[in-house]
Amino acid sequence: MTESPTQVSAGESGTAPRPLALPELSLVALVGVTGSGKSTFASRHFAPTEVLSSDTFRGLVSDDDNDQSATKDAFEALYFVAGRRLTRRRLTVVDATNVQPRDRQRLVELARAHDVLPVAIVLDVPERVCVARNQARPDRTFESHVVHRQHAQLRKSLKHLTREGFRRVHVLRGLAEIDAATVVRERLFTDLRHEPGPFDAIGDVHGCRSELESLLGMLGYVLTHDAQGQVVGAHHPEGRRAIFLGDLVDRGPDSPGVLRLAMGMVANGDAFVVPGNHENKLMRALRGSKVQISHGLAETLDQLDKEPPEFRSHVQEFIEGLVSHLVLDEGKLVVAHAGLKEAYHNRSSRRVREFAMYGDTTGETDEFGLPVRYPWANDYRGAAIVLYGHVPTPAPEWVNNTMCLDTGCVFGGRLTALRYPERELVSVPAEQVWYEPVKPFLTPDPSAAGDSAHPEQSHGSVTDAPRREPDVLDITDVLGRRVIETTHHGRVSIREENAAGALEVMSRFALDPRWLLYLPPTMAPCATSTRAELLEHPDEAFAAYRSDGVTQVICETKHMGSRAILLVCKDERVARERFGADDGRTGAIYTRTGRSFFDSDLTEQILARVREAAEAAGLWSELTTGWLLLDAELLPWSAKAEDLLRHQYAAVGAAARTALPAAVAALEQSAAAGVDVGELLDRTRSRVGNAEAYTQAYRRYCWPTDGLSGVSVAPFQLLATDGATYADRDHQWHLALADRLAQADPELIRTTPHQVVDVSDPASVESGVRWWESLTAAGGEGMVVKPLANLTRSRRGLVQPGIKVRGREYLRIIYGPDYTEPANLTRLRDRNLGRKRSLALREYALGLEALDRAARGEPLWRVHECVFGVLALESEPVDPRL
Amino acid sequence: MLLTLTTTAPAPAIPASDLGFLLHKHPGRAQSYPVAGGTAHVFYPEATDERCTVAVLLEVDPIALVRGRKGGGEGFALGAYVNDRPYAASSLLAVAMARVFRTAMSGRCDDRPELAAGPLPLTIRIPALPCAGGPGVAEQMFAPLGWRVELTTIPADPEFPQWGDSAYVDLELRGSMRLADALTHLYVLLPVLDNAQHYWVGPAEVDKLVRAGGSWLATHPHRDLITRRYLAHQGSLVRSAVDRLTELDGSEPSALDAEPSVADAPGTATTPPSLAVLRRQAVLDAIQKSGATRVLDLGCGEGALLAALLGNPAYAEIVGVDVSVRALERASRRLRMDPPSWDAAGDATGAPASASTGHPGRGRDRLRLFQSSLTYQDDRLAGFDAAVLMEVIEHVDPPRLRALERTVFGSARPGTVIVTTPNADYNIRYPDLDAGTHRHHDHRFEWTREEFRAWARNVAEANGYVVTFTPVGEDDPEVGPPTQLATFVLTSSPTTGSAA
Repeated sequence: MTESPTQVSAGESGTAPRPLALPELSLVALVGVTGSGKSTFASRHFAPTEVLSSDTFRGLVSDDDNDQSATKDAFEALYFVAGRRLTRRRLTVVDATNVQPRDRQRLVELARAHDVLPVAIVLDVPERVCVARNQARPDRTFESHVVHRQHAQLRKSLKHLTREGFRRVHVLRGLAEIDAATVVRERLFTDLRHEPGPFDAIGDVHGCRSELESLLGMLGYVLTHDAQGQVVGAHHPEGRRAIFLGDLVDRGPDSPGVLRLAMGMVANGDAFVVPGNHENKLMRALRGSKVQISHGLAETLDQLDKEPPEFRSHVQEFIEGLVSHLVLDEGKLVVAHAGLKEAYHNRSSRRVREFAMYGDTTGETDEFGLPVRYPWANDYRGAAIVLYGHVPTPAPEWVNNTMCLDTGCVFGGRLTALRYPERELVSVPAEQVWYEPVKPFLTPDPSAAGDSAHPEQSHGSVTDAPRREPDVLDITDVLGRRVIETTHHGRVSIREENAAGALEVMSRFALDPRWLLYLPPTMAPCATSTRAELLEHPDEAFAAYRSDGVTQVICETKHMGSRAILLVCKDERVARERFGADDGRTGAIYTRTGRSFFDSDLTEQILARVREAAEAAGLWSELTTGWLLLDAELLPWSAKAEDLLRHQYAAVGAAARTALPAAVAALEQSAAAGVDVGELLDRTRSRVGNAEAYTQAYRRYCWPTDGLSGVSVAPFQLLATDGATYADRDHQWHLALADRLAQADPELIRTTPHQVVDVSDPASVESGVRWWESLTAAGGEGMVVKPLANLTRSRRGLVQPGIKVRGREYLRIIYGPDYTEPANLTRLRDRNLGRKRSLALREYALGLEALDRAARGEPLWRVHECVFGVLALESEPVDPRL
Repeated sequence: MLLTLTTTAPAPAIPASDLGFLLHKHPGRAQSYPVAGGTAHVFYPEATDERCTVAVLLEVDPIALVRGRKGGGEGFALGAYVNDRPYAASSLLAVAMARVFRTAMSGRCDDRPELAAGPLPLTIRIPALPCAGGPGVAEQMFAPLGWRVELTTIPADPEFPQWGDSAYVDLELRGSMRLADALTHLYVLLPVLDNAQHYWVGPAEVDKLVRAGGSWLATHPHRDLITRRYLAHQGSLVRSAVDRLTELDGSEPSALDAEPSVADAPGTATTPPSLAVLRRQAVLDAIQKSGATRVLDLGCGEGALLAALLGNPAYAEIVGVDVSVRALERASRRLRMDPPSWDAAGDATGAPASASTGHPGRGRDRLRLFQSSLTYQDDRLAGFDAAVLMEVIEHVDPPRLRALERTVFGSARPGTVIVTTPNADYNIRYPDLDAGTHRHHDHRFEWTREEFRAWARNVAEANGYVVTFTPVGEDDPEVGPPTQLATFVLTSSPTTGSAA
C-alpha cells in the first residue's frame, strides 16, 4: 500500500547536501548523457562491484570499451550479471546513458522480474559541459551531435520516468547538486529482521472485537480504554507484541472497534499489522474508487458511517501505510495475510504484494468460476516460518514450516493466535456465528479454495477449507547433488549418482515416506586383528574407544537376524493424525532400505503385539507419546532373506559340496595310480571341511516361520517418540526399556544379552573378550561394542556409535568359505576401513538429524531429505564385507 | 571347477591313454598352469589302455578374482565374495580349458592326426554345472550336437527340503565325437549355461564366439539364446549401486531384472503379433486420437514406445521418464542417442539432455530422457498434451498409488493420460500361471476389470478428467482382454483438485 512512486527534484537550495534515499535492495539506473559524470558519481557512492558499466561490459566482450558494435552483446552480458546479483539480493547500479525509454524499460522489467524496486538517478548536466568533457578524453570520438541528441532524449524522458515504473526518481540538476549529493540506503519497509519478538500472531479477526479482546486477554495483554470507554490499545507487560495477519475488517459486528484497537496498538509499538484483501478493498472504497460492495464490506461501511469523518480518514491513512508482508527475527519469521513463497520474502513488487494479500493465484478460474489457486505451502521449502491467514481452516496445522491461523471466527469458528517463538496455539471460540457462510463452515471441499484474486469475483468460497496434503514430496527434494546440514557432523554431501540410485530403490521398494522417519546407519567393524587365525577380535574395538577417550563401553550380542525399524502407533487415531494413515495401518516395520518386512496383515499382527507389550510395560504413559520408533533386530534372517539364502548362500554350498568331494575322489584316484598330486589333495580336502563349516554357518540363520510363529524381535534402542529423541540416554537405559517389552511378551520380543566393559581395566577387558569368545565359539555372529553413554563426541568429533566384532565362523558367509585358508587370510588382512568409518559417521549424523527433525515435527521433506541421504550414502561403493 | 573327460579305446589297436597325445598332456604327470582367475591343474585319475580319464581342476583364487577388477564396478557387491565361482563349472573353467587344451581344441595333433580327426567314444562329467533356466536347458544345448545327456539335480540344502533343487546339475555327456568339437562345445556352452560371464564382454568376444562356434553354432536350434547369453550386456556403476542396495536388504540383485513369469502372448510366440506389440499399437492409436504432439512416456523402460513415437514426425516433443537409470541408459543406446544421454539431475533449469544425431529427416532432438519418480512431484512433467503409463501402475505398491495420482493427474495434468495394466480376470487363460500369482514377480497387484474401472473413475472424478476404456488383445467374452487400457481426458482447467 505504501511505496507509491516519488519524484524528488532539487529545490531552490541547489547546492545544499542532498541525501538520495535508496532501498538497500534496488536496481539503480543512472540516467545521463555521455560525459555527464555518471561513472565518477557511481564510483563515489557505490562499491566497484555494485556498478555495472556498459563501457566495462563492452570491454569485457570486445576488448574495446568504445566499440559501439559490441553494444548489444555488452548489454546482454550486463543484464545477465545484473539478474544474478538481484537474485542474490545485491544492490546493483547500471551505469549507462539510459536516455532512451527502451533501455530503461528493460531495467524496469529486470527489477520486476526479481521483485526489487527500480530507482532512477538522473544527472542533468549542461550540454556544453558534456561536450567539453568528451573532447578532453582522447578515447572518446563522439561527435558533439551525439551529445546533443542524447541531451534532447534526456529532456524528453524526465517527465515520464515515474510512469515508466521507477519507484523512486532522483533528479540532480547541475554540477553543484551532483557534487553535493549523498546516497542513503534505507531498509526495505518489509525488513524488520532486527525485531526479535516474542510475538503473538493473530489470524483473521473480521470485526470480531469482543473475541479479539478476550484473546488478547488470554495472551496476557492489558487493554487500554479512552474516555468513552472504547478500547484503544493493548500492552503486554513482558513486551510481547501482537502481529495481526490482516482481514481485521468486514463481515463482523465491529470493524471500527477492531481497527481502533489495532491502530492504537501499532501507534504505541504494541503490534504490527499486515494488510489483508479486505483492508485493500476497504481502502479503495474509502478513497472513493468504485468497488463491488459485497463480502461484508457493506457492514463495515455502515459501521464506519457512524464514526466521525476524521476516523475514516485515519483508517484510510493507516491502511495506506501498511506493508505487504514483514520479515522478522533475523529472517526466521515471515508474516503475510495469504502467505508468501520463499522467493518473495523481503522483496517488493506488485506481484509480491498481490501474493501476500491474495495468495498464489493465476487469474484463471475453474469450472465453478472460482479463482485457481496453487497450494504454495505444499511446495514451500524455506527455513523461515511463514504465518498467515486468509483461508479459514478448521484447525491450524503446520505445513512445511508454514501455518494458517485463520480459524473462521466470524463464521462461528475460533479466533486463534500463535505464540512465537514458543509455537503455542491460543484461541477463543466465536461468541456466535456473526456471518453466515455460503457453504457450511468446517466442511472441506477440495474444489474451492478461499478468497479470490480479484475481490469483485469472489463468490463466498472463503468458507471452504482447502484439502491439505503437506506430505507432497518434490523430486527436487532428493535428486541431484545435495548438501545436508546436520547438527552433529556438519555438512554431509550426497553425490548425484548416489541419489539417482537411491531414487530407484526408494520409489520401487520403500514404504510411504511418511512412515520412514529414520534409516539406520552402516556400522564399521573393528580394525583388523593381528592374531593369526582371526580377522576380527574385541581387542581392537576396545582400543579404538580407548583412544577416543571413551572408558565405559557396552558389548551387545549381535543378533542373527535383520536390522529392523519398528514404528508403532498407540492406536489408529495417532496413525491417522500424525502419519496421515487413512487405511487403518498403525505403523510400519521396515528394513535398512525402507522396505516393509511383511505384508500388511503380518505387520499389523506384530505391531499389535508390540503395542500391547508397550502398554503392559507402561511405556505410553511414561513417555507421554502416541508412537514409538524402535531400533531392533528381527529374526530369523531367513524371514526376510530366504531367497538370498537359498539362491546365493545355499547355492554356493551346494556347488561346493558337490564339486569338492568329486575333485578329492579324482585326486585320490590319481594319487593311488602313483601320480604326484602334491599339496593339491590336502588343500582340496581342507576345502571340503570349509564348505561344511560354511554351510553350518548360514544354516544358523534359517528356521521356518509361519506367520508370526517363529518370528522374534529384539529391540535395542528407542529412537524417538512424540517430540523427543533418545540418543543421549545411555544404552543401559535403552536395554532396560527393551527388557520391559520382552518381559511383557517373551514369545515375540527377545532381550539383547550385553556386558559393560571398562576399557581402562585389563580385567574388565579380559572378561569382555571371553564373553565374545563364548558367543562366537558356538558360531554366533559376534557383538557390537558401543560407548555406554550413547551419543559421544571426542576432540576429533563424533565418535563411532558402534563397532562390530564378528565371529570367525560367521565371517565365512561374508568372506567366502575358504577365507580361513592361511594364503587367503594373509591377503584379506589388508582391508581399508577408512571409508567405511567415515560413511558410518555421516550416515549416523544424518539419521540423528532425521530423528531430531521428525521429533520437532518438521515438514516431511526435511525428514525425508535426511532419510533419503542415508540411502544414497549406502549406495556408495564401499567394501561390502566390512 | 572340475571337469573330467573319459575315453575308452576307440579301436582295438589304439590304447585309450593316447588321449594324452591328443591333449598334449602326459598322463603320468599332474601339471599346473596359471590362468585367469586362478590355477588350472590337469591330471589323469586313470590312464590305461582300456580307459583314460583326464581331469581339469580349476582352483579359483576368489580374492584375486575380486581384486583383479578395476574401477570397483561389480566387485562391490557382496556376491563377488561369496559366490559359486570356486566350485561351479563356469566361464572361468571354459577359459581355463581353452588355455590348457588350446592345441587340442584346434584339432591339431602331429603325433596322432588320424585320431584327432576322427570321432572318439567320449564321456564328459561336470559335477557342478550351473544351469540357468533349469536343467532342461542343458539338454537343449547339448542334445542337438549329438550328445546323450544325463543329469542329476542337486538339492539346494538337504536340511531345507522346502528350498528344492539348486541351480546346479551333475552332468554327464556321452557321445562319439571329435575331441576338438567336444572341447569347443564346452568352451561356448559352459558360459552360456552359466549365464554370468566373469569378464567384460567386448568386441573381441564376438570374434571368439564366431571362431569357436563357427562350424556348428549357425545351425544350432537355440542359436539366438546362445549368442545373447554369451554376449551378455555390460553393467554399469549405477547398476552396481542399485544392486548393492538391493542386496543390503537381503534380496537378490538379479530379481530387479527378472523375466516375466508368463510370456506376454498366450501360447508363446506362435501367435504373432505378441501382446506387447498389440498393446503398443493400442497406446499409439490412443495418443494419435488425442491429437497430442507433445508426449510424455512415464516409465519408458528401455524405450520401445519412444522408438515408435520417434517414427512419427507428428510428435514434436517426446519425453521418456523412468526411475531406473539403467533403463534410461539402455533406452539411450537403443534409440541411438549420441552421445548416450539422459538427465540425471533434478535441475529442471539445466540444458535439456536431448540427443542430436546426423540422422536425416526429423531428428532425435525431439526426444529427451530423464530420471524421475512418479511418487515425487516433478515440475518438469507439466505442460504435455499426453502422458502414457504403459504397464506401470501395477509396479507401484497400492499405498503409494495416491502419490502417483497426485504427480500425474494432480500436478503434471496432461490433456490426455493413457494407462494400461494387466486384466487379472484374464489370468485363468494362462495355463502356466498358478492361481493367485501375478504375471510378473514385481507386480504389486493385478486388477480385475471392475477394480481397474473403479480406480480409474475415482481418479478421473477427483481430478477433472473423463475416462473411457478400451480392450487390448483378444476380448474374451468371459474374462475380457489380456490388457486393459484407460484413456483419461482432462475436462476442466486445473483446479486445486488433488493438488491442493
